[in-house]
Amino acid sequence: MTRYVMVADLQRCVGCQTCTAACKSANATLPGVQWRRVMDIEVGEYPDVQRVYLPTGCQHCSDAPCESVCPTKATYTRDDGIVLIDYDRCIGCAYCAVACPYDARYKVEEKRFAYGEEPMPNEEITFNENIIGVSQKCNFCVDVIDAGIARGLTPGVDPEATPACVNACISGALIFGDRDDPDSPASQALANSESFRMHEDAGTDPGFYYIWCNKPEEVA
Amino acid sequence: MKNRYGLKRGPIPRLQSFWDARAACNFIGGGTGTGLIIVAALCAVLGKPVLALPLLGLAAVAFGLFMVFLEIGRPWRSMNLFFNPQTSWMTREGIVGMPLFFFGGVAVLLHGTALGNTAMLLAGVCAAVYLYCQMRMLHACKGILSWCEPALKPYMLVTGVVEGLGIALCVPAMAGDRTAWSALAVLLLLRAFLWFGYVAALHRNRAPEDSRAVIDSLRWPYMLLGHLLPVLLLWLALLMASGLPAMLAGLLAASTGWYVKLVIITRAAQTRGFAIPRTPVRGRGESRVLSGQ
Repeated sequence: MTRYVMVADLQRCVGCQTCTAACKSANATLPGVQWRRVMDIEVGEYPDVQRVYLPTGCQHCSDAPCESVCPTKATYTRDDGIVLIDYDRCIGCAYCAVACPYDARYKVEEKRFAYGEEPMPNEEITFNENIIGVSQKCNFCVDVIDAGIARGLTPGVDPEATPACVNACISGALIFGDRDDPDSPASQALANSESFRMHEDAGTDPGFYYIWCNKPEEVA
Repeated sequence: MKNRYGLKRGPIPRLQSFWDARAACNFIGGGTGTGLIIVAALCAVLGKPVLALPLLGLAAVAFGLFMVFLEIGRPWRSMNLFFNPQTSWMTREGIVGMPLFFFGGVAVLLHGTALGNTAMLLAGVCAAVYLYCQMRMLHACKGILSWCEPALKPYMLVTGVVEGLGIALCVPAMAGDRTAWSALAVLLLLRAFLWFGYVAALHRNRAPEDSRAVIDSLRWPYMLLGHLLPVLLLWLALLMASGLPAMLAGLLAASTGWYVKLVIITRAAQTRGFAIPRTPVRGRGESRVLSGQ
């Protein structure tokens, strides 16, 4: 089996938002929509304060609440663990959006462009009418993954088969790969580190891991 | 403002903006409508069918569904709603709605006959299932802690019946029914108990601070206007042997329940925010363990 997952090494992330920009560019998301986000978190009280950059987005859960609540089956999970939305089937009830513990879904009610009512030349090309009025979210750049696999490439290893945010990450903080393949970059990163997943108490078995420490003995 | 993980800035829970008053109207109309139909079924079983009750009930449920139709982004695809009965409580609600309207319609058309009473009873069963589906719909919203709180489930069921019975008492044919007065008083006590249980559970389970603040602000006003005053009015109705105070009690019980539903859906609906149980090891080589997860 294949289970594609994303790994974010919080030790490496510098909060540059390059992944966010790469995602917007690759997926042509509308203004106000960010499938890949990086949260800037402040922890502690002055003077003992720490800053953490937390990449987030759809966690491609194995037990995705967005999928089970969807009345139309527009949200579905592929055999490789990627959770997708069929825009032609979705009715835009947003039940999935309130069911998602990760606040990862968006719904845009009307056309909007970066600079007023008229689209920029790139927006004219990339604008997709089908996503108006329906739910949308990160799809792990599934078209790139599928096209890469068709060419014999390996997602997470070959950039032509890897999500845009991972390719763009300047610090190597974002890692992608097949969790069921012990040699994949994601499996290797997880094997050599301590990690957690967000909102594990929600019981969704998310496919997004956060590395907080390389080796247990390094923890103070 | 900190969230329950002690974190500030950025990841704190925010008010969801996907479901607005139109979605709340589905729970208001659905709860009141099904409550009315359940009351109508009980009246039919007791041999005292009241035509206005199923009419009002079906109208209320239809109103709720129409508001959902206005809420969804692609209303002309709304038939897709029926595609996922395996896991979606929204689909199940829609499916149960069909026999509810069928039996309710038959009960109205054949009012006063044995067949009409049987149809009314079946409509009552469908209404109970419909109400149950609505309760489960909210509980499945894992993104909003104040909705998926288990203590909200019994509250939603009971307030639906209270709202229905409250409106039923506003119907002249029911206003003088002392059995209905007693039933409303008992249900109000039960709703008050469940309401406090819900408020306590939000605090116990550390729902987002803003959600708790909104609910806390309603705690006593709702108790006084939605429970104590209606019970006093019902007592007055008994003393005066008059239906008018009972009508007022019913209206108060129902309208306050509607308002609380509106608030729960539109204002006490903060997301979970983002949580990290540990901070990354950087610089000083230390990781901070954060509470809350």
